[in-house]
Amino acid sequence: MCEQKIDAIIEKYRGQPGSLIHALVEIQHENHWLPREVLQRLADALEVSFSQVMQIASFYKTFSLTPKGRHEVHVCSGMTCHLRGAAKLLARVEEITGLKAGETDADSRFTLETGACLGSCSIAPELIVDGKHYGRMTPDQAEAVLKSYE
Amino acid sequence: MTMLKLNSAAELEALRAKILAGRDPAKPCIAVCAGAACDGMDSAAVACAFLAEVGRQQLGERLELRTTGCHGYCERGPNVVVTPGEICYFEVAPADVPEIVAATLRGEVVERLVYHDPASGAKAVHMNEVPFYKHQTRLLIGDNPKIDPMKIDDYLAVGGYAALIKALTEMTPDQVLDEVKRANLRGRGGGGFPAGSKWETTRNAPEKIKYVIVNGHEGESAAFMDRAMLTGNPHKVLEGLIIGAYAIGAQRGFMYTRHDMPLLEKHVRNALAQAKEYGLLGENILGSGFSLEVELHFDVGIFVSGESSALMRSIEGNAPEPRPKYVRTSVSGIWDKPSNLNNVETWANVPQIISRGAEWFTSIGSEKSRGTKLISLSGNVVNSGVVEVPMGTPLRTLVFDIGGGVRDGKTLKAIHFGGAMGGSIPARLIDAPLDFDGMSKLGAPIGAGGLLLMDEDTDMVEVARYLMDFLTKESCGKCVPCREGMQQMLQTLTRLTEGRGRQGDLELLEDLVEVTGLGSLCALGKTSGDPLKSMFRYFRPEYEARISNQAANQAADQAAAGSGDTK
Repeated sequence: MCEQKIDAIIEKYRGQPGSLIHALVEIQHENHWLPREVLQRLADALEVSFSQVMQIASFYKTFSLTPKGRHEVHVCSGMTCHLRGAAKLLARVEEITGLKAGETDADSRFTLETGACLGSCSIAPELIVDGKHYGRMTPDQAEAVLKSYE
Repeated sequence: MTMLKLNSAAELEALRAKILAGRDPAKPCIAVCAGAACDGMDSAAVACAFLAEVGRQQLGERLELRTTGCHGYCERGPNVVVTPGEICYFEVAPADVPEIVAATLRGEVVERLVYHDPASGAKAVHMNEVPFYKHQTRLLIGDNPKIDPMKIDDYLAVGGYAALIKALTEMTPDQVLDEVKRANLRGRGGGGFPAGSKWETTRNAPEKIKYVIVNGHEGESAAFMDRAMLTGNPHKVLEGLIIGAYAIGAQRGFMYTRHDMPLLEKHVRNALAQAKEYGLLGENILGSGFSLEVELHFDVGIFVSGESSALMRSIEGNAPEPRPKYVRTSVSGIWDKPSNLNNVETWANVPQIISRGAEWFTSIGSEKSRGTKLISLSGNVVNSGVVEVPMGTPLRTLVFDIGGGVRDGKTLKAIHFGGAMGGSIPARLIDAPLDFDGMSKLGAPIGAGGLLLMDEDTDMVEVARYLMDFLTKESCGKCVPCREGMQQMLQTLTRLTEGRGRQGDLELLEDLVEVTGLGSLCALGKTSGDPLKSMFRYFRPEYEARISNQAANQAADQAAAGSGDTK
């Protein structure tokens, strides 16, 4: 993992309770999830209660309290994606990965997410894998895309 | 290179003159769009191909390349615009690049990549001939193809920060405030509240420490115009913010935006750093004695954090729960200090109001809604994208002249405005003008400006269920009527879409809409029932059909079961 990087983030915000969200965002981006032990160290360093850290970490959707797969698969559920066929795309992705939204497979290959809206509505419906956009996705194309991620 | 800090307006104008002197307007420039949709269609590969081609042929002296923010016509990306002449190329692939470069050097046009009318096949080469663009008034978004958002010099080259100079050197804070009030600039984030009045409240609040905030959260589904504006031209928004801070007397500003758009973050961070380096932020801006620091904050993935009081809680580092607004945030906001919040588009309007004056601004638009409005046009429309039209423009112009009508030759059923808390109106109201008050009266308030077309196949009950499903996940959970009322509405709507509607369901929904609206603190709960209200107003038979079918089926089932028993 990236213990040193996490430590550096925690140190950067030591003694700054108002920077809790900034610190959590950076750790989430770095580590893709927030282990309890890290949150405890963060609470101590920022001088906020552990319960407050948990309140923020469990409230916002960006933060994950469980480990994620190697690849984050996101099916946009925004209105235009919805009107242009996102439900069928999601059903196919669920079938391929065997996952429902929010789940991670046993091999930690994929985590499936849904959510709106990423603002590239003109290329709806969209599949996004590890931040890379696959626009105007058909259910059949999705299979080929996902195959390329191990 | 050591960068200069500009100590006066004269130094800034001298720098602008130097930048312009170094640029030859006749030198061809190829602008590749890197907006959200084009980026999703791998416009980065197109930009790389141009760079490689120019490098290979060593054309740096003869040809300018620029990577820009959103041009607008997202449906047909990746977009490329060649100046002079604003020649528009659509759906450009890396393989097209050598041909475009060669034609541009010869002063010619690659005919096969320009716009062709789908019906007549007629060509449109220049931006002002392309139907999607020619009916627009692109005062805010129009500079995007001319600007590399990473380069402050590009913004200075189109006259950027001239309004700030005017405000700081020729106007008192009161005069700036007065200009914005006379322009009747109304907030573009959804409410349409006059920005000048809001500024005045914060200015007059007794506390000395005051804050200004850009709300770039844009959580409304299928709204992407603020991102296009802020990612594509961050300095325009920042200039508006600095001018506003000067008028209000704020010392510190916040840009609050999405965490999940890497380009947006990069451009805004860079813009803040460059402005600071040039002395347009920080101590004693341009020698005026006025000082302002601006920092960047991110939402972390929940819709309600776009609500003003929730947003401010979030900036403080707390959970984004809205609070009652007996005292407005403009009086008591971040850390209980007066905090003036406006959205991206509102701030972007400020520089031109100061430069060109309130009279000019009020000459555009409709009587009570002045200026232009950015619209995200999407859904079942032929030409989706970011559109800018004067307020008061008939929806027909947006839908047909600009949008090209409904996809796949279908007919228009409904127009939806304002995302999950907006409303849907039937196609017959297509001649209604785009206007804050008028659209609210029709039950489809403009909101932030997300406009969706829905075609003949759209199931309006399913649309309401979908929107309610979205909102239930976005409620912060603080108010019981919002948290539980929406759950009940979702369950009832789900029942209807699954053909299990019961007698009394519509009345139940109406009750829930009313109670949730009355009993919730913030706009999320208050207006969660607005889509349903518009549905009941215009599409009620569709809802009734779900019930009566079901009731009829039940009666038939009972009859069948009953007859079975007697046998």
